[in-house]
Amino acid sequence: MIPVLQRDLALAVKGGGGFGLGLAFFLIIVVLVPFGVGPQSELLSRIAPGILWVGALLSCLLSLDRIFQLDFEDGSLDLLATSPLPLETLALAKAAAHWLTTGLPLTLAAPILGLLLSLPTSAVFWLVLTLAIGTPALSLIGAFGAALTVGLKRGGLLLSILVLPLYIPTLIFGAEVVRRGADGLATATPLLFLGGITAGALAILPFATAAAVRINLR
Amino acid sequence: MSIWKYANPKKFMETSGWLLPYVTVSAVVCLCVGLVWGFFFTPDDFRQGSTVKIIYLHVPSALMAINAWLMMLVASLVWLVRRHHVSALAAKAAAPVGVTMTLIALATGAIWGEPLWGTYWAWDPRLTSFLILFLFYLGYMALWEAIEDPDTAADLTSVLCLVGSVFALLSRYAVNFWNQGLHQGASLSLDKEKNVADVFYHPLLVSIAGFVLLFLALVLLRTRTEIRARRLKALLRREQTA
Repeated sequence: MIPVLQRDLALAVKGGGGFGLGLAFFLIIVVLVPFGVGPQSELLSRIAPGILWVGALLSCLLSLDRIFQLDFEDGSLDLLATSPLPLETLALAKAAAHWLTTGLPLTLAAPILGLLLSLPTSAVFWLVLTLAIGTPALSLIGAFGAALTVGLKRGGLLLSILVLPLYIPTLIFGAEVVRRGADGLATATPLLFLGGITAGALAILPFATAAAVRINLR
Repeated sequence: MSIWKYANPKKFMETSGWLLPYVTVSAVVCLCVGLVWGFFFTPDDFRQGSTVKIIYLHVPSALMAINAWLMMLVASLVWLVRRHHVSALAAKAAAPVGVTMTLIALATGAIWGEPLWGTYWAWDPRLTSFLILFLFYLGYMALWEAIEDPDTAADLTSVLCLVGSVFALLSRYAVNFWNQGLHQGASLSLDKEKNVADVFYHPLLVSIAGFVLLFLALVLLRTRTEIRARRLKALLRREQTA
């Protein structure tokens, strides 16, 4: 599992494109919002938690089709599938690599982008915490969607249609924690739900992803 | 006699061909009786006036929107476990019917909501979960359309249906947490003594029966079409290779 992870990370960093692109996209979304809704800081700080979460979610979406597509095209996915490594572990490694190159940088960049949207300081901690807990679920769900569409020529748009509805529960609980945190309310319940979604996705989705990869390699 | 004998397409075509006219006629009769009875021969509600009559479209379509997904889930499971092609095609056939039912429920709900709540749309948990269900249907149908090989398409959509069901259920309870509702609670449940006043209840039951039969008729018809299309493709291929 570790070598696959290292290989994917090396490819992501060397190959360019995917790695910085998600971050740049996140930045652009955050910059565009004030132009759309106006520069009043009270309004911005009210909508900041939601915008940052939606922005992180969309940036995650951007690099999903790379998870399996390139390996499928050059045939290395076949090699990986015939290797002694179980496909379920491979799916997990792929999702982990995607999280390390997308979810983690987004989580770390979020507080800085929060400044642009005058995110209340009380909410910064909760934003980073929920993104750290929630983005792994986004990567796992995304890997499942990528596995479903890997055999298609232009799967990108279909991938987002499949994956976005699956992101809804994560978004609801993640943004709810930040909103409550900003207002100084109790955050334990939605936080536990968010953690539950990530834990559940971690337990179940690698199997679904592996099943979809197997069907596509048939 | 077991249900599995209908896994044979020929057997399924025979039986469904015999069944279809009866189901269609009883669907039409039930819908006509239920809707005409409901629209013209029930009193107006003392607060809602005649807008209450949209219930005869709204409740049955909402019911079938969810049940269509359940049917797809069962059919997908049968396909994944027992590899019966009729089952996969039935799941494919049910999706457009289900999405139409969802749209009817959303549209009638909006029309009903305007005079009552003063708005066509509110981010109420029930409304939101139906919108999410609509998105799930769209994704499912788009995946069927996108994949060329029929067996791969059946497999992948079945996996999507299973995972989607888990997330749809999750979303349904997540939105409860997210916002308070305008929509009333369940008006029809099996374990309650009294549901809606009898004057409204009886025509409503007839309309529900009509919608169930309509769904059945449409799914049978569409499954038969899918089987015929599959046969046609096989014939064409045979001709090309010959």
